Amino acid sequence: MDTIIYEILQEITLTINKNKDFLTELDREIGDGDHGINMARGFNAVMTKLPYDAEIDMSTYLKKVGMTLLSTVGGASGPLYGSAFLKASSAAKEMTTLCSSSLEQLLNAALVGIKDRGKAMIGDKTIVDALEPACNAFHQSVTQNKSTSMCLKEAIEAAKKGVEYTKSIVAKKGRASYLGERSLGHQDPGATSTLLMLEAIETVINSKRLGE
Amino acid sequence: MVGLVIVSHSRMLAEGVVELASEMADKNLHMIAAGGLADGSIGTDAVLIMRAILEADTGEGVIVLTDIGSSILSTQMAIELIEDEVIKERIKISPASLVEGALVAAVEASTGASLQNVLDAAIEANSVSKI
Repeated sequence: MDTIIYEILQEITLTINKNKDFLTELDREIGDGDHGINMARGFNAVMTKLPYDAEIDMSTYLKKVGMTLLSTVGGASGPLYGSAFLKASSAAKEMTTLCSSSLEQLLNAALVGIKDRGKAMIGDKTIVDALEPACNAFHQSVTQNKSTSMCLKEAIEAAKKGVEYTKSIVAKKGRASYLGERSLGHQDPGATSTLLMLEAIETVINSKRLGE
Repeated sequence: MVGLVIVSHSRMLAEGVVELASEMADKNLHMIAAGGLADGSIGTDAVLIMRAILEADTGEGVIVLTDIGSSILSTQMAIELIEDEVIKERIKISPASLVEGALVAAVEASTGASLQNVLDAAIEANSVSKI
């Protein structure tokens, strides 16, 4: 397996840990105050249980990541991000490395996983509000033959706008939906962790100069 | 006999519900607690739930009772992870409240009732007035 996918998980784990308190704080405002803690636990388990293994392929690794998340995250993000990685694993069956088109397939598969499991749509104030615009922007950039770096940059811009958008809407899914109007003005924790993960992917891709 | 799985974010709560419901159940009833994470902390674990479901199934299906929130998502995930389509078909999640639903389900399943009958009985527990 190309080390890049492992390095991406490493970077994701780093950024989640760095932002653990921030994510928890966001979740305290409109949820049950454990998103950062749960995500850190899940990704730390991924790092501990799944050290780099050159013998396995990308698809197998992504499946193991998904399974680890869904048994260690603990909250709704477990089944949600777990599904994302499991679906990405299926899409990664013949993949050996990451380029703009393979990354596009992985992100789209992740989105399908999240939507199948959580049944959320744009406007429900969830992960989908960051991930779907990101996937759409990524796809647009791919059709314009932009570099992987540029595709990611534009996807992240779209995700950022999505996260900002979640502040202006009322939650329709998850614990936040019980708050109704009180969830207005607050940024969704799930959309935020999605943005962080996309930024982690960008960091690694750019460091490998694969973006060119 | 229909099997039961008790899902909770809390390992102790799940085990407590099983302990309580066992008082009224047939000793052959497969009622499995599936609460908390592997390290004992609060949360739900789809793999743990899946294993509990497989253990609870003796051929007549399984009804899963849950507490709140992500326990439903994790249970749905657990069912999806089961590869055997035949088993998958006979797993149902009950919308009944955890404790009251489990007690009723345990009694009903103990009579050898069908999956549908146990499901119907459990949901009735939601409308029983406590006081």
